Amino acid sequence: MSKPSLFGYLVEFEDVTTILNAAREVRDEGYTKWDTHTPFPIHGMDGAMGMKMSILPWLVFGGGFMGCTLAMLLQWWMNAYDYPYLVSGKPLWSIPAFIPVTFELTILFSAFGAFFGMLALNQLPELYHALFTSERFRRATSDRFFISIEAKDPRFDLEKTRAFLETLGGTAIETVEEDE
Amino acid sequence: MGIATASQVEPDPIRGEPLVQGGHDFASVTDAVCGVIEAKRPPLIWFISIAISSIMTLVLFAMIVYLFWTGIGVWGVNVPVGWGFAIVNFVFWVGIGHAGTLISAILFLFRQQWRTAINRFAEAMTIFAVICALVFPGIHVGRVWFAWWMFPIPYQQGVWPQFRSPLLWDVFAVGTYFMVSSIFWYMGMIPDLATIRDRATGTTRRFVYGLLSLGWRGSNRQWHRYERAYLLLAALATPLVLSVHSVVSFDFAVSQVPGWHTTILPPYFVAGAIFSGFAMVVFLAVPARQLYGLKSIITMRHIESMNKIMLATGSMVGYAYAIEFFMAWYSGNIYEQFTFQNRAFGEYWWAYWTMASCNVIVPQIYWFKKARRSLVVTMIVAFLINVGMWFERFVIVVTSLSRDFLPSSWGFYWPTWVDILTFAGTFGLFFTLFLLFLRFLPMVAMAELKNVMPAAHPVHHLSGEKEGH
Repeated sequence: MSKPSLFGYLVEFEDVTTILNAAREVRDEGYTKWDTHTPFPIHGMDGAMGMKMSILPWLVFGGGFMGCTLAMLLQWWMNAYDYPYLVSGKPLWSIPAFIPVTFELTILFSAFGAFFGMLALNQLPELYHALFTSERFRRATSDRFFISIEAKDPRFDLEKTRAFLETLGGTAIETVEEDE
Repeated sequence: MGIATASQVEPDPIRGEPLVQGGHDFASVTDAVCGVIEAKRPPLIWFISIAISSIMTLVLFAMIVYLFWTGIGVWGVNVPVGWGFAIVNFVFWVGIGHAGTLISAILFLFRQQWRTAINRFAEAMTIFAVICALVFPGIHVGRVWFAWWMFPIPYQQGVWPQFRSPLLWDVFAVGTYFMVSSIFWYMGMIPDLATIRDRATGTTRRFVYGLLSLGWRGSNRQWHRYERAYLLLAALATPLVLSVHSVVSFDFAVSQVPGWHTTILPPYFVAGAIFSGFAMVVFLAVPARQLYGLKSIITMRHIESMNKIMLATGSMVGYAYAIEFFMAWYSGNIYEQFTFQNRAFGEYWWAYWTMASCNVIVPQIYWFKKARRSLVVTMIVAFLINVGMWFERFVIVVTSLSRDFLPSSWGFYWPTWVDILTFAGTFGLFFTLFLLFLRFLPMVAMAELKNVMPAAHPVHHLSGEKEGH
């Protein structure tokens, strides 16, 4: 194991209002590599952090489009082209009969787009993260709220950032280290 | 401070009752839900229940082995009634599996916040019910070694499935429903699995839940996409849940058999599915909340809301029963008219009247608030509704097949002991899976529940800027 390097600062908050206001200040200071960690999504945090809308809906649309096209091609190729089924003299390619499967596969692939797209954009699974080394951070999934600022942030400064974070109304500040 | 005492809880704009009662704060919600999983050993009744349900599951497996070994003749199916218990049970279980996605998707889109305490629970029930349902088409095909012909798999004979058959639509509808429900359930659970991981004391527990929670760390950048994905999944699952039982009803409606060939079947099946699904949810929720001390999380308000939905859907089902008779008379079709007379007054009259009284008359008690808020009444009614809904499927499948167009091909169907034990066995499988779920996974969606608590909302905004959502 090599020697640990600094990941960044972690500040703990006790309630929603304080962290929401603190997040606005961090945003206004111009930090970019930072995040908030909360046990549930806080209404208004996206704006307070100055985040952009996710591209996820496009991935879902792509999934749905693919599912729809695939289903149509699959059924046409299997039932009307490669192995034509003649049933009661009806047309081989009669669209209404192929709608249910097309609908289902559209939904299925859109759902895959939503789930796997979310995981990919969130870079999950990520089983190791520097923040997991913090004992305090374990309450982030229960009843405490955190702001983390990474040392990689261009505005990060060991002294100044700490001084700034102390003004935010948090209840504790700690440094987090990671194994490189 | 992130603590809500009883006096601080803001009244819900529509109903006076708070969603979470008993002065819970965030930490105590976590404790209450995780406590169930972290307890050294589950309550004695859990052991007794799982002992019984596992034995029943073994009975199910034994019956399936016996069926495979001997052949479909061990069942009561015959000509003309080729669809006996297997299809009745399939439709019954798929129907039960509808409440979960309805609660998690449709009520989510309608912003019915009371769903948060029960959605996890109901989604789990959905998945287990669909597993029980999927057993039947698989073992019903007769030559089980050809069951894979249901899927479009290339093989040397070059024959593909017939996509114009409703039976194949069913494969895709139920398969999609199972996968999408599982994704929805699992995705909703990721933050809560992370909670259990972070509270874990032993290494095994930390490792397993750590793996399952995929390294979730509650980051708002993650939450943003997570909430987006959840909303989109809800929007996708809403038409899906309505489509699944519609497609199941096409198995009947697309055929020519009198009593099946009607356009009312899809909405009628969907209403019935939601009806039976909610009955099963309360039937499981009431004992679970009593047993695990979650009365302040799954409150009387939740029970009452579900009972109201049962009243509404039960009445819709009753309306459908009446319309079926009206249409049979109005159509002037003698076969259709005979079918409905036969349903109510023929050989299976007892099945018809069990269905009608359990599904239409019994839920009318929920017009009374006292009944909606009584746990005893709730349990009895939920049980009777499930009985009634099973008989509904029995009536549809058996009466129509046993009396079709030609009197020379009329018949009679009666289940064998194998049929009955197989059906009983699926309850064993269902309850075994459910009991394991109660023991190892968070039965209440903690993150979502915290989000509807008053302390989750900021007291005031310091800056008057426009907020992102």
